[in-house]
Amino acid sequence: MLELIAINMAPIMFASLIVFLLLGYPVAFSLAANGLVFFAIGVWLAPWSAGTITLDWSLIGTMPQRVWGTMSNDTLLAIPFFTFMGIVLERSGMAEDLLDTVGQLFGPIRGGLAYAVIIVGALLAATTGVVAASVIAMGLISLPIMLRYGYDRRVASGVIAASGTLAQIIPPSLVLIVLADQLGRSVGDMYAGAFLPGMVLTGLYMLYVFAISVWRPDWVPALPPEARTLGHGVVSLLVAIAVCIGIGYGAHVWLSPTQGANADILGATVGVLAIYAYAVLDKSLKLNTMSRLAQQVIIVLIPPLALVFLVLGTIFLGIATPTEGGAMGALGAMVLAAMKGRLNYAVITQALASTTRLSAFVMFILIGARMFSLTFYGVNGHVWVEHLLVSLPGGETGFLIFVSVLVFFLAFFLDFFELAFIIVPLLVAPAEALGIDLIWFGVILAVNMQTSFMHPPFGFALFYLRSVAPRSPYNDKVTGARVAGVSTGQIYWGAVPFVVIQVVMIGITIAFPGMVMHYKGAVVDPSTIEIKVPTLNTLAPSGGATLGAPTLGAPTIGGTTLGAPTLGAPVLGEPDLGGGTDAAPAEGGAPALPKLGAPVVNP
Amino acid sequence: MQALLAVSRGIDRVNEIVGKSVMWLILLAVLVSSGNAIVRKLFNWSSNSLLELQWYLFGAAFMGAAAYTLQQNEHIRIDVVYGTLKRRTQHWIDLLGHLFFTLPFVVLMTWLLVPYALQAYRSGQISTNAGGLIIWPARAILAAGFALLIAQAISEIIKKIAVMRGLIEDPHPFVSAHEAAELEGAQLAETVTKLADGEKR
Repeated sequence: MLELIAINMAPIMFASLIVFLLLGYPVAFSLAANGLVFFAIGVWLAPWSAGTITLDWSLIGTMPQRVWGTMSNDTLLAIPFFTFMGIVLERSGMAEDLLDTVGQLFGPIRGGLAYAVIIVGALLAATTGVVAASVIAMGLISLPIMLRYGYDRRVASGVIAASGTLAQIIPPSLVLIVLADQLGRSVGDMYAGAFLPGMVLTGLYMLYVFAISVWRPDWVPALPPEARTLGHGVVSLLVAIAVCIGIGYGAHVWLSPTQGANADILGATVGVLAIYAYAVLDKSLKLNTMSRLAQQVIIVLIPPLALVFLVLGTIFLGIATPTEGGAMGALGAMVLAAMKGRLNYAVITQALASTTRLSAFVMFILIGARMFSLTFYGVNGHVWVEHLLVSLPGGETGFLIFVSVLVFFLAFFLDFFELAFIIVPLLVAPAEALGIDLIWFGVILAVNMQTSFMHPPFGFALFYLRSVAPRSPYNDKVTGARVAGVSTGQIYWGAVPFVVIQVVMIGITIAFPGMVMHYKGAVVDPSTIEIKVPTLNTLAPSGGATLGAPTLGAPTIGGTTLGAPTLGAPVLGEPDLGGGTDAAPAEGGAPALPKLGAPVVNP
Repeated sequence: MQALLAVSRGIDRVNEIVGKSVMWLILLAVLVSSGNAIVRKLFNWSSNSLLELQWYLFGAAFMGAAAYTLQQNEHIRIDVVYGTLKRRTQHWIDLLGHLFFTLPFVVLMTWLLVPYALQAYRSGQISTNAGGLIIWPARAILAAGFALLIAQAISEIIKKIAVMRGLIEDPHPFVSAHEAAELEGAQLAETVTKLADGEKR
């Protein structure tokens, strides 16, 4: 009897984890308790386990080292930075300005407001990266306008909820950071890999709106002329853009002899700054050489775009690490809010309080997960999971489809942090054994998790929208007409077509890995998927560690970590993942910082 | 019981002060990190100690705030089942959880981390990165964070028993994650609207 239990410890432990978590006690401590209880049982039963349990009491002594590794992780530092940036921005009024202006720009065409929501959604995703903030801003600003001019309620709410979730997939999303960390890849690569799929997804949303505007034009009417407060003036905008490009190119030609490669960026910066300065002057001095529309579009759009460049541009160009990018973004967000006169003590303290709270619970789930994984690996749990998943029919595709379905359903009641810290580590070894590129895998997971945000009836985006959408009929502020509220059923039905789009997107991502793999384009490392011994600070190519991975993973447990006293020792903690430190090849230009990411990576 | 409640209030007060003050370390970390990036790009100068300082600060922030987060009932739960239970049952889950899930783990971690920090202190261990920081303060932060969690877990147990006996108000009536999302949304909407109104005036 004892032998039977001892040999099947892994499944028993996993099943009881589910019970522990479902009790509803805070996840961080439930995980830790589960790990601790089974550690004790494991040590007791080890003699009967025929060698499958490799636990003994001295191993518990590795916990300080494991917690230390979690704390000294440079990658995770990006979490508070991007969170802080997002919260400051959501209070800066940037979203509202963008929605107003872009809505005016696209309003005159059929489906224009919906396009505006999608574009602003993508832009907000690239800056704030907070689903709640995007959905709420759109629900407050765009939804009333859409309802006022007769948009179909389902389409309006669906577009808003779905566009808000873009924050999950478009960099610098927190999901991508935690996934990169857990998969042992660099955040820079993960961002580069997710960028194109994010854009394609945005395109698919727009395609859907376009299809509606063709077949059901009355669902997405154009703004009537009296609602176009900024008037016409698209020509003026086009001229301005042409001038901007001209100045930029001129500056590029002028600078390239002296500045070399930097001339591209400097030239573009000069061009953009020139047109921005001109628009501001034009408006404040009331010269009005441009149309009001052009002025407004330039003044409103350039600061967020500059912020996107400051964060993502510097990361992709290898000027900054994702962590530094986050810090720069946080600083930029404060500057932007200050420019709008929205930066005050209350905003900063609120943002800091929320950021600290989020950091505390996220890091503690991770610490709890470290205790869990110490035991789970000690009872050969990873071997069990790997056998289970590698033997799925359909090989690579079968595995990806299975994982997609699994994550999709788990995401209904697990937060993405919980998914990333509990489930994802278990999937790494099987994925590697099947030769799946982990960045590609991460992007597929991210699209799945994004989908769960809009899936009725659990999707969080729908709840955020519910909180700002009018429930009962109200009198419109502009027209004075009585407008019916939006029912919860309409919000749910509106989301359904977008869930279908998501499923299509998952299919596309699985079918066309090239969309993600281009992240390797800029990589210093020329090898593609061949065997390569995991080394320090390189991107171990996916399949690389394949053969070695399962065996390497096993004894890790932290036994090896013991010796690793300090920061510099990424190798020690994580032979199983093949050196997935955070030195992004994308950041090739950056001096190699001490990358501390590694030890945590241990699934 | 009153004496115990007084102890609990004392613990809550301390953890609240700590939890609310460490948040400024995040701002400091933002400034240090962005400063590092700028200085490195402009002057081609970087310092390992400043790089390490970033996560020392972050570590202090999340370790210091963990106990306060527990006090505020903000550590996330999976509430699919929990949410359907009677409040009385939820209290029992919380109480037993505090006693058998949280307390043993944080006690064990403190017991392991204190010698871990002391050893670094005695040996004066320094980070292996050139020009790195001394290690013991960061380890002491870890130990202190878990020690605060022990205190908070005790305080939570006292409060939970008092609530179950009807001695004090329930400080955190149950709100499901989805209701919380709606509330958060409504609150954010209100803040944003207020800020926008302030601007117009």
